[in-house]
Amino acid sequence: MTPRSHDPAGPPSPLPSQPDESGHFGPYGGRFVPEALIAALDELTAAHLAAKSDPVFLAELDRLLTTYAGRPTPLTDARRLSEHAGGARILLKREDLAHTGSHKINNVLGQALLTQKMGKQRVIAETGAGQHGVATATACALFGFDCTVYMGEEDTRRQALNVARMRLLGAEVVPVKSGTRTLKDAMNEAMRDWVTNVETTHYVIGSVAGPHPFPMLVRDFQRIIGVEARQQCLDLVGRLPDALVACVGGGSNAMGLFHPFLDDESVALVGCEAGGDGVETGRHAAPLTAGQPGVLHGSRSYLMQDEDGQTLATTSISAGLDYPGVGPEHSYLRDTGRATYSGVSDAWAMQALDRLAKTEGILCAIETAHAFAGACDWGRAQVAAGRRAEDLVIIVNTSGRGDKDVDTIGRWFGLVTGEEIAESELVRTYEGEQP
Amino acid sequence: MSAALDELFARCRAEGRAALIGYLPAGFPSYDVAVEALTAMVAEGVDAVEIGMPYSDPLMEGPVIQAAHQASLEAGTRQADVLRTVEAVAATGAPTLVMGYWNPVHRYGFERWAADLKAAGGVGAITPDLIPEEAPEWLDACRTHDLDPVFLVAPSSTDERIAVVGRTNRGFVYAAAVMGVTGARAEIGTGARRLVGRVRDQTDLPVAVGLGVSTGAQASQVAGFADGVVVGSALVTALAEGGVDAVRRLSAELAEGVRASASA
Repeated sequence: MTPRSHDPAGPPSPLPSQPDESGHFGPYGGRFVPEALIAALDELTAAHLAAKSDPVFLAELDRLLTTYAGRPTPLTDARRLSEHAGGARILLKREDLAHTGSHKINNVLGQALLTQKMGKQRVIAETGAGQHGVATATACALFGFDCTVYMGEEDTRRQALNVARMRLLGAEVVPVKSGTRTLKDAMNEAMRDWVTNVETTHYVIGSVAGPHPFPMLVRDFQRIIGVEARQQCLDLVGRLPDALVACVGGGSNAMGLFHPFLDDESVALVGCEAGGDGVETGRHAAPLTAGQPGVLHGSRSYLMQDEDGQTLATTSISAGLDYPGVGPEHSYLRDTGRATYSGVSDAWAMQALDRLAKTEGILCAIETAHAFAGACDWGRAQVAAGRRAEDLVIIVNTSGRGDKDVDTIGRWFGLVTGEEIAESELVRTYEGEQP
Repeated sequence: MSAALDELFARCRAEGRAALIGYLPAGFPSYDVAVEALTAMVAEGVDAVEIGMPYSDPLMEGPVIQAAHQASLEAGTRQADVLRTVEAVAATGAPTLVMGYWNPVHRYGFERWAADLKAAGGVGAITPDLIPEEAPEWLDACRTHDLDPVFLVAPSSTDERIAVVGRTNRGFVYAAAVMGVTGARAEIGTGARRLVGRVRDQTDLPVAVGLGVSTGAQASQVAGFADGVVVGSALVTALAEGGVDAVRRLSAELAEGVRASASA
């Protein structure tokens, strides 16, 4: 890949494969952070650019991805699900089968290697659903780093199982009590820690968000999803897919899948945001669908904000998508029309989760379920518009598994009795009291 | 650029002392009390005022100022209230700046915001999450409306970056003295003095030190090596716990502190 520069005033480059030198994707991205962090961001940028062409680094990362994370993940032909997508063929990119149960491990292993290269011993992270926190705690155990994970207090309740996993792996989990007590506030608190301890600490951001170089760096470590999927699809089907569908919170699994296909103009890129109670109600987490450009957590991107520029509270059943911002490269793909984004409501996502479980025997994360709902909608819409179903191939990024969500799912569908719930609450209370 | 800050620092230099810059957020605990506290600060000897623009995600703030921002927003503070506060404080004659995170300004439209800030009597703005490289349009708006842009430097800033801030700023350079968020600290480390020295190597602008100063003794100590002393969290705590009277008392103590260094 060659770097491309983007003149905001000129026509957008059709192939935004790289940000400009200061981290802009068109008018998005950049660095909107306290001056105190700039030196660390420069150091990280240099380490990343050096690592990209360092055969020793790349071989070590490849070794970890293969022997530790379990890559390549398979591409599964979901034959029974396809009838719910108007008959389109659905292929599942199985990131749920990666170690720790989601795509988050890809990025974390890359950043752990960078941390080692930079000579830092302490790692911090923010987490929403806990998947990124678990992946970070895992890598820190493997590399012997001190690990602190910031998690909104609301999310520590919703995702208690992942809190227990992180603590078991040796991480300190700090429940964040400020603001809305969700992912946004966890990220604020992680930034505050970083600005205080930046000399010894690396901040492993979990999504393609934050100040430059994070959107580029996290994407580069997640591209493996799309690189594998592209080849697997060619091997299985003999051609490229018609569409890629992924859920978008910050947008790392989507960007990882989309990026190697940006030049393949026949491939539609479809992002599914958290529609919460329905985008029309205002209670959602869908900035690309219903927000405006703004600045949050270090970069310019679409954002849910009020008319004074205050960040709005978000609503989603999915802790991992419950975030008012989104990665800046997604904003650029949205504006250029290369990708399309829409909101999937809680109810629609949960129905898709149930359908995937019953037709394919796969329990996906609630985040991921948004992508399945979007994929079925896309397939049906294409068929309704006159395309032949048997000609359509859709790859859905199955970004994570749903074990962590069983409690929420059980309540939503009434799968457990009141007595059983009471007992599980006792267990949770007990866990919550542990230091 | 606005002449008010240049005149202030020249006058303080002539008096052989540092300038005292006090911070409180607009609308905390209410619009009226905030204005009363801000004007009381000036009456007790605070030379210049920073009015905090309340923001939902103030990521450079410690717990005290975070809580004040949140309370102000919950009390219903809007952009118009911030500008009204500027107007009321500027009427005292003290140079008045806004300390604002970037998104509210971005949303308002920086050209329009600069015009309205100027019209309210503001002399400039301190932007804690904006760096000069991301600010070309903001700098144009400051030139058009005769406002002083104030960017920060930190102990981690390279000399090259300090030079950029020195060339870009008007009025003064804000030196965030320690690595970390805002909040009172028991001791002002030696890092602050070193940072001020590094800034002086790159620019002739006055250097004001912020982050951590809470007592008259600390103000006196910092005034021994800096051109300005910024106090924020301690004043917010005083207002939250002791009301306007406590702000008055602390302001007087701090004003005495910056003058005590003159004889030291």
